[in-house]
Amino acid sequence: MQKRSVTFYLLAGFFGLFVLFLYGPMLTILMLSLQGPEGKLTLPMRGFSFYWLGQVFQEQRVGNFVDGFQRSLLLGVVVLVLSLVISVMAGLAFRQRFRGSGALFYLTIASLIVPSVLISLGIGIAFQVLGLQTNWFSSGLGAHLTWTVPFAFLIVLGIFNRFNPAYEEAARDLGASDVATFWEVVLPLIAPGLLGIGILSFTLSYDEFVRTSLVSGQKNTLPLEIFGMTTNVTSPALYALGTLTTVFSFTLILLAFWGYNKLSKRQSQ
Amino acid sequence: MLRSWKSLETYLLVAPQTLLFLLFLVFPIVMIGIVSFWEFNGFAMVPSFTWDNYSILFSSDVTLKTYINTLKFVGLVWSATLVIGYLVAYFLAFYVENNTVRIILFLVCTVPFWTSNIIRSISWIPLLGREGLVNQLLVAIGLVQEPVEWLLYSDFAIVLGMVHLFNIFMIAPIFNSLMRIDRSLITAAQDMGATGFQTFREVILPLSTSGIAIGSIFVVTLVMGDFVTIRIMGGGQAASVGKLIQTQIGSLQYPLAAANAMVLLAVTMAMVISILRVVNIRKEL
Repeated sequence: MQKRSVTFYLLAGFFGLFVLFLYGPMLTILMLSLQGPEGKLTLPMRGFSFYWLGQVFQEQRVGNFVDGFQRSLLLGVVVLVLSLVISVMAGLAFRQRFRGSGALFYLTIASLIVPSVLISLGIGIAFQVLGLQTNWFSSGLGAHLTWTVPFAFLIVLGIFNRFNPAYEEAARDLGASDVATFWEVVLPLIAPGLLGIGILSFTLSYDEFVRTSLVSGQKNTLPLEIFGMTTNVTSPALYALGTLTTVFSFTLILLAFWGYNKLSKRQSQ
Repeated sequence: MLRSWKSLETYLLVAPQTLLFLLFLVFPIVMIGIVSFWEFNGFAMVPSFTWDNYSILFSSDVTLKTYINTLKFVGLVWSATLVIGYLVAYFLAFYVENNTVRIILFLVCTVPFWTSNIIRSISWIPLLGREGLVNQLLVAIGLVQEPVEWLLYSDFAIVLGMVHLFNIFMIAPIFNSLMRIDRSLITAAQDMGATGFQTFREVILPLSTSGIAIGSIFVVTLVMGDFVTIRIMGGGQAASVGKLIQTQIGSLQYPLAAANAMVLLAVTMAMVISILRVVNIRKEL
């Protein structure tokens, strides 16, 4: 496996095809969103301009993207913070065995395995029976958290598994309280991992559709808005939105990568 | 005193997570179960206890056909993502020397998944449609006389779309398993004269089964419950359980949808448990 065998080139070629498979469609809509005003939904390209990118911000025939985007953004941030707090707290507790830890663990995993449709339906029914209004900020938030917290939690478990308790013991020997130990020693050490979890939670929430579909209430999140567009009238503005959203996610990831590197470098000092 | 505070602290720490799942997972599922026994009087639910919904479900031809169709998709998508995912993960784990390059390539595979599923599904339409790029290419090189019909709004498109969307769920766990294999085991096998294929079959494959299992569980549950990809790629003609439930919800027949949902849950859980029976993933977690 050390030398560049035939297998290497075969696998590398396969990998290249795979990347093409992954990115091909996105490149297509990138091209299509740069069409001029006469552009249609399929190739060939007609004209070249940023017209459709601008159109994204106008009121569409069905729905409004900007509102949906703002809601998804805000919701994403809230989900990010809550997922981090909840999973880190639980992760801290899971460093030792306690009664009920197995049950909670399987419950968390179950949240990932139960098909999203069921969670959406369940929350919707639960709210209806209780007489509450579904709302993107209450039921929608809950639905998103059932998806992000398990991922965050599993990653936190991994982080704490590899965590060296020597630092904490040193802090305690020097007389620091539990809370101080956490803030001054543990948190800075796990910070890079938390950044990754934060970004993951945000994007999972930002893109989430199935779980939210029945519980968003009157106001849609962005993915729901987009779905509405696909089933009704569409225009290249949809493709432009796709391009913008992808660029947005990309920028976030680059920022996260840069942040992660900065934090890791500071740690190794 | 110190000990009781410590245990209280532990329970306080897990309280939010426990509360979250009790409220938004356990309670909703229980509610679905309860509602599945209610009646529907034409426009609203009526609390009662009846097996009607389940009997309608089990006596209907549509239900069986829909489930079989969905299981068909599960089988196709699972095999495709398994093969593709394993090959990609294998390449990344064993054939990439530089660790930084490996991370970058892994990110290259992961980044597309940070775009909304819907948008990624829609992006296939200009490629696969009758006037799409692929067809134009095929006609141009003369491979076909007319545009190929079955590229879009067909089972092929659905499986393609799902594989496109879900393969990261297979790649990541398998990649993780492969990376955790102790390299000295592989060297030992080679020292004892094993060929590449033998090393793969006897050493690597058995050690990667937990990754395969986790990936399979994800893919199975995602496909079983999907209705978005099927709608967009299938043009509304293909049947799936998720879509059936959506339709029932759309006509406000909540009790029927709930009964359907319980059956879906049971079938999915059965599949997950059988995967877990075959592979023990406890050691991975």
